[in-house]
Amino acid sequence: MNTTTQRIACFGGVYNNYLALEAVCEDARGRGVEDLYCLGDMGAFGPNPDKVFPLLRRFGVKCLKGNYDDSVSRDLPDCQCGYTDPQDNHFARLSYDYTLKNTSEDNKRFLASLPDSISLEIAGVKTLLCHGSPRRTNEFLWESSSPTHLLEMFCEQAKVDVVLATHTGIHWKRELPSGRLFANVGVIGRPANDGQTNVWYTILSVDDNGGVQVESVPVIYDYQRLADEMKSERISGEFIESITSGWWTTCLEILPYKERVRGKF
Amino acid sequence: MNNENSMKNGGMAMPGSVELNSLDTLWFQLAGTICNLSCSHCFISCSPENDSFKFLNRETVSAQVNESKKHGVKEFYFTGGETFLNKEIYDILEDTLRVGPVSVLTNGTVIRHRVAEKLKRISDNTIYSLELRVSLDGFNAESNDNIRGAGSFDSAIKGITALVEAGFMPIITAVQTWPESESHKTLEAFKTLLNGIGYKRPRIKILPALNLGEYRKSEFSSPDEYLVTEDMLKDYDSGRLLCSNSRIVTDKGVYVCPILIDAPDARLGDSVDDSLGSYKLGHKACYTCYQFGAICSNFSTSASETSETSRSAF
Repeated sequence: MNTTTQRIACFGGVYNNYLALEAVCEDARGRGVEDLYCLGDMGAFGPNPDKVFPLLRRFGVKCLKGNYDDSVSRDLPDCQCGYTDPQDNHFARLSYDYTLKNTSEDNKRFLASLPDSISLEIAGVKTLLCHGSPRRTNEFLWESSSPTHLLEMFCEQAKVDVVLATHTGIHWKRELPSGRLFANVGVIGRPANDGQTNVWYTILSVDDNGGVQVESVPVIYDYQRLADEMKSERISGEFIESITSGWWTTCLEILPYKERVRGKF
Repeated sequence: MNNENSMKNGGMAMPGSVELNSLDTLWFQLAGTICNLSCSHCFISCSPENDSFKFLNRETVSAQVNESKKHGVKEFYFTGGETFLNKEIYDILEDTLRVGPVSVLTNGTVIRHRVAEKLKRISDNTIYSLELRVSLDGFNAESNDNIRGAGSFDSAIKGITALVEAGFMPIITAVQTWPESESHKTLEAFKTLLNGIGYKRPRIKILPALNLGEYRKSEFSSPDEYLVTEDMLKDYDSGRLLCSNSRIVTDKGVYVCPILIDAPDARLGDSVDDSLGSYKLGHKACYTCYQFGAICSNFSTSASETSETSRSAF
């Protein structure tokens, strides 16, 4: 009997990085995934927000609404990222103001139409896709600050086997004692604060026997071209440095110790 | 804005009530009120002589940590008094870090290299973050020791240095005792100080002063005007208030928040399970929390749309 594996690709945080989006979608299609999902936050500090939306349509990406998308779609004064530090908020404001100003009304309407979460059944495996956490769009679920019992509780309350989220920008996964699984799928808008310029997305695979695998996939894209376009859009140098160096330069105070100490800044 | 609301309501207003949305943070009064320092601004008057709250033992902490798991608690905070005076702290940290992330509040004065190395070994053996939060109220001995006592600056700096050399990135917290106009200069001075001891990318958090008497003298005529009223909670994100997402375990029971353990009405029960009800914001400290958000936390655990009002720095 043949074994068929069903696979989906998931990513979050496009951050206007349409070049990474295109590279990720092509990579995922090349690996034969059935569906592509974006877990929200189309905008942020990348250049020209409206370049993202035709690619989402071209590749048939199914999207849910992140905090950024909610803010942009309703013209809110703040990105609702959830930072508490003045310096973090300063940079969050710069990128939010840019994205809000440069997103078309049509695309704002598209963002407004997105669901807050997506429930799927993949070969019998119940899966919930959300932005921050199942309970809060802007909740940060870092690897070093997310207790296993809390992740179990999320799965239990949602009555699912797998929860996938994003929002923090660093991918990780944990198999839970109950056999369920949580993964943060990462973001494709900026590198993972590891000194590498590639970005990461996630492939969720389910085989005929219900076996679930989560694979983090690195994708190289033309980051130099993105940096040049950011320069011509007069986007702050700190953001460009993150793209070209692979180290986060902004919005660092929200990181817990273990994630922070691994970075450069 | 908030002051106006409060004043309009005057003495006739009813205090607002806050529900526990989710138990995100469980605090422990690990060292009771016992401290090797007697800081002038301590909101619960900790000192070497004040044992009104006593050390928590390992069994009590472990039992409450385990009880809290079913409520989905996300992180644990240990405070005092001076936490490192509790000799069981290392076992308690190892136990708790098997369950979730931990933040320890300390004055740093009893931390030396051996302690820091021991903490690093504990930290390296867990997937969760161990945060060390060291109080330092001035960037030199003169400004710090005036508040925290003679010799405390040098001693705290030795502690911070030991933590940094062990590989930690301690969060340095300072209560703002300078005028707003000097904030930038003061923060730069803190950075220079910390860079100078080898802490190259310091994490610094500035806390608003909890000097409630100052409000009384300068802005208000009646204690009732400090009240966070029902009206003031309309359209307010109560997730900014510690009591909406936290509780604190002491040797005398579970209280609503670390600031109010001296207030009898803030004791909510014997255990975490007993303490999940709503709380009426009847204290002046509630007003401070209302203004500034959950200042006791490292980061806001319940992020709000109005996060610009946070006072943490860098």
